[in-house]
Amino acid sequence: MLEIKGLTATIEDKIILKGIDLVVPDGEIHAIMGPNGAGKSTLSYVLSGRDGYEVTGGSVLFDGQDLLAMEPEARAAAGVFLAFQYPVELPGVGNANFIRTAVNAVRKARGEPEMDTVAFLKEARAAIKRLSMPEDMLKRNVNVGFSGGEKKRNEILQMALLQPRLALLDETDSGLDIDALRIVADGVNAARGPNFSALVITHYQRLLDHIVPDRVHVLAGGRIVRSGGPELALELEAHGYAGLEAA
Amino acid sequence: MSELDFLDRIDLASVSEHPHRLAALDAFRAAGFPTRRDEAWHFTDLKARMRDFDWAQKGDQAVLALPDLSWAGVVLRDGIWDAASSRPAPFMSRLVRDEVVRAGSTALVALNAALGQDGVEMVLRDGEEGGTVMMVAQAGASAQPITPRYRVVLGAQATLTIIEVAQGSGAYVHDPVWDITLGPGARLDHYRLQDESVQSVHIATVFVAMGEAAHYNGFTLAVGASLARSEFHVALNGARGDVHLNAAQLLTGRQHGDVTTVIAHKAPLGASRQTVKSVIDGAARGVFQGRIEVDRIAQKTDGYQMNQALLLSPEAEIDSKPELEIFADDVKCSHGATIGALDPEQIFYLRSRGIAEADARALLIRAFLTEALEPIGESMARPLFEAAIEGWWRRAAL
Ligand SMILES: Nc1ncnc2c1ncn2[C@@H]1O[C@H](COP(=O)(O)OP(=O)(O)OP(=O)(O)O)[C@@H](O)[C@H]1O
Ligand SMILES: [Mg+2]
Repeated sequence: MLEIKGLTATIEDKIILKGIDLVVPDGEIHAIMGPNGAGKSTLSYVLSGRDGYEVTGGSVLFDGQDLLAMEPEARAAAGVFLAFQYPVELPGVGNANFIRTAVNAVRKARGEPEMDTVAFLKEARAAIKRLSMPEDMLKRNVNVGFSGGEKKRNEILQMALLQPRLALLDETDSGLDIDALRIVADGVNAARGPNFSALVITHYQRLLDHIVPDRVHVLAGGRIVRSGGPELALELEAHGYAGLEAA
Repeated sequence: MSELDFLDRIDLASVSEHPHRLAALDAFRAAGFPTRRDEAWHFTDLKARMRDFDWAQKGDQAVLALPDLSWAGVVLRDGIWDAASSRPAPFMSRLVRDEVVRAGSTALVALNAALGQDGVEMVLRDGEEGGTVMMVAQAGASAQPITPRYRVVLGAQATLTIIEVAQGSGAYVHDPVWDITLGPGARLDHYRLQDESVQSVHIATVFVAMGEAAHYNGFTLAVGASLARSEFHVALNGARGDVHLNAAQLLTGRQHGDVTTVIAHKAPLGASRQTVKSVIDGAARGVFQGRIEVDRIAQKTDGYQMNQALLLSPEAEIDSKPELEIFADDVKCSHGATIGALDPEQIFYLRSRGIAEADARALLIRAFLTEALEPIGESMARPLFEAAIEGWWRRAAL
């Protein structure tokens, strides 16, 4: 379970998060919507431990642990996974090698046995098939020369293999064609269960047709300004964010 | 130490009276150690390094394990052919130096010619396939400069792979010289691992003379020595010669590493490709000098040179000097240089996937080197080189 209380954060002395309160219970999927520049990516980065942000107040508990005190790799080992809004290219690093290194690092940290190449490739190929991705995705360098949509699918492939407890999906639907959108949504829905929760950041109601959220929150101006059920997304689609910030 | 002090240390009585040797000794005396005033040594101050050189730092050679010698090969200990450890291929023999070795173009080659005791000769007949041989130079017990000479002659269409390993312990000066002649259509794969003790000085000079359509495929990995230089002089004397000359140097602490190449296209339709990568940590300093010469007659030459440095610390330094001297009008020559640091975005991406920071850095450094390692392909030499990179990383991370 993720519990965010009164979280405030700055970047280069600019206040971006102005007091976030948010609870995501186990097994639930929450959507976060909100205007450009509202602080959605900032929230996902602060939760995953990226450098450059200063947390000036509040707390984040993940399964009762102080998430903010942990190194990024320890958060990953604890089960936090960020699907990046802009996945990073790693020239010279093979995708299969990268994902296997990550899976084994996480398994090791959790006291589980490491996976050998053969066992890993078997799982990776099965996941690729499930997600209807091209097989050569494993052979290529990480995200290098991938199309926008392929990069997003590669994030979902990593998620499928790392099996996180909490997925932060930052606009994973942006730039996806209709089929890819369904593939990504299937990936998330397949992970759904009592030990999986997710924060799905999106601008489009369309994704939420496929991944039906338990709650929808609106983040604007560094605060959660409204929360509701899935119908809130439909309302936003119809009326926009106008007037919400003041609410 | 001056050249005279340096020569004082050496048991000159043991230097052969052969006129080639005496001429070489004179040449070294006259030239002295190169200084920064020598244009070819502007970035590498050998004289200054020799001034502080502490011969007293002795190593224990017994601790050095030989690399796996599952191939045929020769081991030189402090420059002397070690018959007990060697398993020479039929075409490898002890070089009779006085007869074939002459003073060369540089002070260090002259020193090698004057003092050299042993050498190894590899001569392959036309069409002979030599397979893979190891050439191991171990050093450490010697207060004398170690000056082996290697002579490689491949007949037409002959092929050979040489895996060269230089390693040692304690303080010593290793000054090997390679004299390579490739006949028409011959192919030499030359994989060099410089893993010397960090107190040593290593100056290697490699001469390659290539016949028509000959192929030289070289890769040097330099991880050791206090000061190291690998200097290549490759001449494409016949048409359609093909050179692939890559190198990677990994430097930390106060190490100084230098890769210097001169590729002379002296015939038409030749191709040369060079990718040189430097990874520099601590207060180490890297140098790359690469000259491509294209003679008037060498039309349709295709030359490519890429030189990239990854600086891991604020005090790390790289000097790079590409030079193109082109006298033919119908050629394609390009060169490029980049200097960068590890990208924090990439490190965070890896860490967010559970990979510890040190491992993330190691992975990115290894990725940076990938292109330079291309010449060794998936050959049996690869594990040796991967292990050396891994070992450097562990040492640098301390
Ligand atoms: N390095 C930085 N320096 C200064 N300002 C920054 C920096 N990074 C982010 N910001 C600012 O922080 C604010 C929040 O950015 P963030 O990326 O969190 O928005 P977002 O809600 O994800 O927007 P979008 O919907 O466009 O992705 C923006 O005004 C942005 O310009
Ligand atoms: Mg964003």
